[in-house]
Amino acid sequence: MNESKTRAPHEVQRSALDELRQEPGSRAQFLKMVGGAGAAGALSVLIAACGGDDEKDTSSSSGSSSSGSSGGGASKADLEIVNYALTLEYLEADFYQQVLDSGEVKDKKVGEVAMEIAENEQEHVAALTATVEKLGGKPAARPTTNFDSVLEGGEKKILETAATVENLGAAAYLGQAGRIKSKEILAAALSIHTVEARHAAVLNSVVGKSIVPDGAFAKPAAMPEVLKAVKPFIKS
Amino acid sequence: MSKIKMAAPELAHVQVDGMTREAFLARSAIAAGTVYGVATVGPFVREAFAQEGGGDLEILNFALTLEYLEAAFYTQAVKQVSGLSGQAREIATTLRDNETEHVDALTQTIKSLDGTPVKAPGVDFGEAFASQGSFLETAQTFEDLGVGAYNGAGPMIESKEVLAAAASIVQIEGRHAGVIRLLRGEQISPSAFDKGLGMQEVLDAAKPFIKA
Repeated sequence: MNESKTRAPHEVQRSALDELRQEPGSRAQFLKMVGGAGAAGALSVLIAACGGDDEKDTSSSSGSSSSGSSGGGASKADLEIVNYALTLEYLEADFYQQVLDSGEVKDKKVGEVAMEIAENEQEHVAALTATVEKLGGKPAARPTTNFDSVLEGGEKKILETAATVENLGAAAYLGQAGRIKSKEILAAALSIHTVEARHAAVLNSVVGKSIVPDGAFAKPAAMPEVLKAVKPFIKS
Repeated sequence: MSKIKMAAPELAHVQVDGMTREAFLARSAIAAGTVYGVATVGPFVREAFAQEGGGDLEILNFALTLEYLEAAFYTQAVKQVSGLSGQAREIATTLRDNETEHVDALTQTIKSLDGTPVKAPGVDFGEAFASQGSFLETAQTFEDLGVGAYNGAGPMIESKEVLAAAASIVQIEGRHAGVIRLLRGEQISPSAFDKGLGMQEVLDAAKPFIKA
């Protein structure tokens, strides 16, 4: 309900939304599901600032990592980071959807928390997808996930896994903060990072773990480490 | 490849992969203003850009002021709020310790950059400690404010080491905010995106608690 107010001109929001609406399938569907205007609007401010005549990297050329040349536009490296974040958010969103569908979470209060987190993750997916498209990139495909072993483990296992995933997600965003070149994308990543942090601490609290497992300074996780950790949940 | 030595050893592990001087200059507010035109830089940076522009040291001192406020708040709370429940007391103690560590780390970082750390502000938390309820309500205000303050300042930070430190700290503020909200039965996040706040916005919100 409490959508953060964006101060973007209306046409900016509309154009970002229009783009999204033209996309058939899952993206448009769940934009509707989460109340599209809010989800897409939240980041359209950032996206608008990155748009215009920036160099558009098509995701064709591989290999070379020469990107930091132009003065602050969307680099190929930034696009890769946004797509990496998108993959993680897809994973999280799928996880919560399956958890909610499973009916395994019996505690009412915890169920409400799971529902709220699920909605946040769906909004992150929508916003990151819109960001990649606005930057002229190709959004990462939704991975096929498999959380059966977790779901079969019951409520305790589910909540512990949720806590692990959120702590990993927060560490993943933190690990990218210093690598993002565009300040708009950095602002977007930071705005998601602390929401993952909220999730992580809340779930840690629910399962009886420290709310700040690293102490007063959170530790980052690099991309290979994160991808290795989530690999068991990705079927393809 | 200029490397700033972090004086605070706790922050050493948050340094991130290499980035060129150009890359982080491009991230500075001035560079962004040049490339995009100040008007299009967006609400995340516009306000602070208009007011400050004093670089990383000013941002660090701005953060230090907030951390001083938070540290004082929890230090007093643990002593003064009567009938603090087990869970609330445990959280208040953890938060006090975290914020105190943030104060120490930011102070050392500012010194290592040849800056002068701001002094601890005089504080007045009014009736915040009258009950557990009013304490938690004010705590939520502080933590959400801290999140917004760091998220707003982050994109203006030029040094990647300082950015990594700030991001490491803001994650902790986010964790605090979530847990306080959970304890209060509030939404754990007011939005799916923790928007950055401008410096003036933050200072205005903090002002009632600062005694000069």
